[in-house]
Amino acid sequence: MSELHSTVSPEELPAVHTPPGREVAVDLVGVHKWYGEFHVLKDINLKVHRGERIVICGPSGSGKSTMIRCINRLEEHQQGSIVVDGIELTNDLKRIDEIRREVGMCFQHFNLFPHLTILENLTLAPIWVRKMPKKEADELAMHFLAKVKIPEQAHKYPGQLSGGQQQRVAIARALCMKPKIMLFDEPTSALDPEMVKEVLETMVSLAEEGMTMLCVTHEMGFARQVANRVIFMDAGQIIEMNEPEAFFSNPQHERTRLFLSQILH
Amino acid sequence: MSMTFDDGSFIRNEMAPALPPPTQRIGAVAWMRENLFSGVLNTLLTVFGICLVALIVPPFVRFMFLDAVWTGENREACLGPQVGACWPFIQAKFGQLIYGFYPISERWRVDIVFASGALLLVPLMVLSWPFKRINAFLFFVAYPVVAFVLLTGGNINASAFLLERFGLIRGLVGDAQIAGVNLVFWVDYALTALLVMAAIGGLIAALGGSGRSAARTTFWVFLALGLLIFIWDVDVGLDYVETRQWGGLLVTLVIAVTGIVASLPLGILLALGRRSQMPVVRLLSVVFIEFWRGVPLITVLFFATYMLPLFLPQGTNPDALLRALVGVALFSAAYMAEVVRGGLQAIPKGQYEGAMAMGLTWSQMMRLIVLPQALTLVIPGIVNSFISLFKDTTLVLIVSIFDFLGQLRASFTDPNWATPVTLYTGFAFAGVVYFLFCFGMSRYSLFVERRLNTSHRH
Repeated sequence: MSELHSTVSPEELPAVHTPPGREVAVDLVGVHKWYGEFHVLKDINLKVHRGERIVICGPSGSGKSTMIRCINRLEEHQQGSIVVDGIELTNDLKRIDEIRREVGMCFQHFNLFPHLTILENLTLAPIWVRKMPKKEADELAMHFLAKVKIPEQAHKYPGQLSGGQQQRVAIARALCMKPKIMLFDEPTSALDPEMVKEVLETMVSLAEEGMTMLCVTHEMGFARQVANRVIFMDAGQIIEMNEPEAFFSNPQHERTRLFLSQILH
Repeated sequence: MSMTFDDGSFIRNEMAPALPPPTQRIGAVAWMRENLFSGVLNTLLTVFGICLVALIVPPFVRFMFLDAVWTGENREACLGPQVGACWPFIQAKFGQLIYGFYPISERWRVDIVFASGALLLVPLMVLSWPFKRINAFLFFVAYPVVAFVLLTGGNINASAFLLERFGLIRGLVGDAQIAGVNLVFWVDYALTALLVMAAIGGLIAALGGSGRSAARTTFWVFLALGLLIFIWDVDVGLDYVETRQWGGLLVTLVIAVTGIVASLPLGILLALGRRSQMPVVRLLSVVFIEFWRGVPLITVLFFATYMLPLFLPQGTNPDALLRALVGVALFSAAYMAEVVRGGLQAIPKGQYEGAMAMGLTWSQMMRLIVLPQALTLVIPGIVNSFISLFKDTTLVLIVSIFDFLGQLRASFTDPNWATPVTLYTGFAFAGVVYFLFCFGMSRYSLFVERRLNTSHRH
C-alpha cells in the first residue's frame, strides 16, 4: 500500500513471519467495565494465542488502553472473565501478582524509577519478585541492556537518557522478568519522531523471537510488519478485527474506513 | 558592473577608534556592581542592610567578647558599669545546664550516653561511609536500650505483666527472685505470650489466613519485647536515677531525639494509612492526625501530666518524663504524617503502575519505589518539623520538667550570681546553643537533599 504513510516506512523494518501457536495466552470473554456511569468497555471478546502479535488501534477514549490494562489488573473489570496464561483474574491478590510476574508492560511515559540507576531499574523486580541473587540479576540486566543496544548507559539515571533510550530501558526492564506476554500501551506516542524507529526496531526483534504481544499503537507500518491481527476499537467496542493486509486494504466498517483515512494519508 | 560606489554615500576609510573595554566583569568592584548596586531599589536595600549590620553587630560583639567578663568566682566579677556577658556564670552553671540535677557522681553515665550517641550518629550521617545497616541497627535499636539502662540504672522491677494483675500467677510460683529478676513476671509473660499466640493464630486461621505464620510473627514480637524487658530488668549494679533528677541539655536531647526518631516512622505509617484504600484504616488515621493537630502541645503535656493519672487504674503511674515523651512523639507524628502525605501525593501515578506491573507487592512498591522518592521530595518539610520539635521541647517546662532552658531560668535565681547581665548572658548562651543545633540540622538537610537528587529532571 503506497499511501500507507507513517513515521516508519515498511521497508525500514524487517517483516516477521512466525506463525502463532494454538495455545491460548489471553482470553477475554464478555468483559465490561464502567467508570461510574461511563461504559468504557462493552462486551469485549478476544482470544490471543501464544506467540500471537495483536495491534490495537482506535481513536482516543475508545477504551484500547483500558482493555490491555485490564489484562494485568491495572484496571479492574466489572463483568465477564479474563484468563491470562491459564489463570483467571479475580480479586485474589496472589493470582494478580502471579499474572503480573508473567506479563510485562511498557507505558507511554516509560515509568522508569528516577531515583534508581538504569541497572537498578532492571534488577529490581528480578531481585525482589523472583528472589534472584544480585549478581545473577546484574548479568541478566546487562544481557537485556545489550539487546536493546544501550549497555553503556547502565550506571546512568533515567533522567540522563533520551526518550527513545528510556523506552528501550523500559522494554528491557519488562524483559528481565522473562514474561510470557508483553503489553505495550502506546510506547512511541511520547517520543520525538526520530526516536520512534529505535523503539520499534526493538519491538520487532522481540516479535521475531515469538513473544506474545498486545500493542496499542498508531504505528501502522509496525502493524503491517509485525501483527497477526489488527483490532480497531471505538466507543468501548471491538469494531473490527482482521489480518493486517485485509484490515488496511479492505476495511469492512465505515467507522474503520474513516479512522484509517484520517491517520493514513 | 563596476565595483566602485558613486552614490554620494559616506564610506569611512580609517579605522574607528577603539572603544573603552566593557565594564569589568570580574573582581570585587564588578561583583558589587552586579549584586549590590544594580538598580535604585537594590542600592537602597544595600544601604539599609549596611546600616542594620552597623547597628547590630558592634554592640553584639562588644557584649559577647570585648566587654565580656571571662573569669571570676561570683557576682562581684560581673558588677560595674559597661560590663558585657558574664561568662563565669555560665562556667559555674555549666554542669547544671547539661545534666540538670543528675547526681554528680553518676554524671559519667550521661557522658557515655552522649559520646556513644555521637559516635554512632556521625558515621550514620556521612552517607558515603559503609556498614549503614549495622550502624542503623546499633543507633536505632541497640543504643536506645543501652541508653535507657545507663540513664535510669535499669532494674525496672518488672513484677506483673497481665495475668498477675488478676492475681493468677503468684499462687503458682510463689515469690521467687533470681538475680533480682522476678520469676512471677516471667511466668506471667510466657503464659500471656502463649495465650496471645494461640488467640491470634486461631483467629487468623479462622478468617482463612495462615494462622501458623501469624502465630510465628506474634512469637517474635513477644521474644523481642521480652528481651527488651529482660535487659531493663536485670540488675546491672547501677544506682537508680529517677527522671525527676534529669534536666538540662540531657532532657532536651532525650525528648528531641526520641521525638524525631519516633515521629518519622509513625508519621510515614499514618500518611500511608490516610491514603489507604481500606476505609477503617483511613478513618483511624484521619481521626488520629486531626486530633493531634487540633490540640496545642501545651494541652497535650498538661493532659499527659496531670489528667492522665486520673484515668489510669490505681497503681499504674507511668513516669512523668515518659508521658511527656509519648505526648511529644505522637504530637509531632501527626504533623510529620501530613508532610509525608504531601510527598506521597507528588509521586506520579505512573510510578505506582510501573511498580505494580512488575509484580512488586504493595509493601515492596512503597518501600523501594514510592517512599524513597516521596521522602526525598519533602526533606525540607521534614527537617522543618524536626527543628520546630527541637525548639518546642522547651514547653515541657510547664509540666515541671527542667530542660535546657528551664534549667537556665532556674539558675537565674541563684543570688550568688545576681547581676544586671546574668539574664542577658544566659539567654545569649541559650541562643547560641539552640542555633548551633538547629543550624546544623538545616545545613545537614541541604547536604542530604543535594546528595539524593539523582533525578536530573531539571
